[in-house]
Amino acid sequence: MKRTPLGLFGRKLGMTQLFEADGTVVPVTVLEVAPNSILRVKTAEGKDGYNALQVAYGTQKAHRLTRARLGQFKGVPALEESPARHIGEIRFADAPAGYEAGQTIAVGDVFEAGKRVDVTGTSKGKGFAGVMKRHHFAGFERSHGVHEYFRHGGSIGTRLTPGHTFKGKRMGGHMGDERVTIQNLVIAKIDADRNLLFVRGAVPGRNDAMIFVRRAIKDV
Amino acid sequence: MNLIQTIEREIVTNRERADVDVRPGDTVRVHAKIIEGDKARIQVYEGTVIRIHRNGPGTTFTVRKMSSGVGVERIFPASSPNIAKIEVVSRYKVRRARLYFLRRLTGKAARLKPLRDTTRDAAAR
Repeated sequence: MKRTPLGLFGRKLGMTQLFEADGTVVPVTVLEVAPNSILRVKTAEGKDGYNALQVAYGTQKAHRLTRARLGQFKGVPALEESPARHIGEIRFADAPAGYEAGQTIAVGDVFEAGKRVDVTGTSKGKGFAGVMKRHHFAGFERSHGVHEYFRHGGSIGTRLTPGHTFKGKRMGGHMGDERVTIQNLVIAKIDADRNLLFVRGAVPGRNDAMIFVRRAIKDV
Repeated sequence: MNLIQTIEREIVTNRERADVDVRPGDTVRVHAKIIEGDKARIQVYEGTVIRIHRNGPGTTFTVRKMSSGVGVERIFPASSPNIAKIEVVSRYKVRRARLYFLRRLTGKAARLKPLRDTTRDAAAR
């Protein structure tokens, strides 16, 4: 498995804009990345067979969670007190050193302004989308005799040879609501006190959506 | 108020320039910083506010003026650090938020009505 740089789970708040000192407008997405608490450290040598940090984030009332889920918080006093809403895993190529259950990782520990990040989220669902929206086909002319064929994709194959439509032929179908990672977004600003990350550009998903932010794998 | 609104309000209130109450129909003098190479100077642009587009930190306003017989409209980002100062020169009575009708009017027809004097002894005068 490829090396995964350290990242954190958070929430997309929405977009706004910042002004630089010279008046340049920076479009930013505001992400709320509250501290993630480490539940368990998984190692390839241990019984898990792979390297990862199991982290908990968000808050949830204890009575809304199953006992099984509450049991996972055992051993971490802060989480026994106020349980987390979500549990996620951050995988690593090498055994994560220097981490132990009960620790929390905050935005300021992982990210710094000016550096790049990759943001993973679930894109907005578009339903059953036609070929123009889904694959950017050009469609047909509105006039010049085109008849009831404005947003079609045209031919999907030939005749007896090869006798079938090729696999992977781009057609209409379900679009969106899939895992998307946007790479190399620049961190425009960090507000460590309020756990806010201002990232330049757009991030997948609706406002309030859960996202995973990590140090960019391609950043040097 | 959710967090994003709080953040947007902070961006607007943290700007260095003092807040000015600008309304459609106002004649304003906008002191805009112009950067030429490595030198910055201030250019004053005076005209009528014909539109305010409210959008938190992205708020803009459009100022129209006649410049040597040609109508000129400039859109200013209200929160931009490139605006040093905004002065309201005079205020007029307008009955709509977007004064686009001024575009087809020139000269005397393009004048706006002054505000009605609402002070108590106005009628006596």
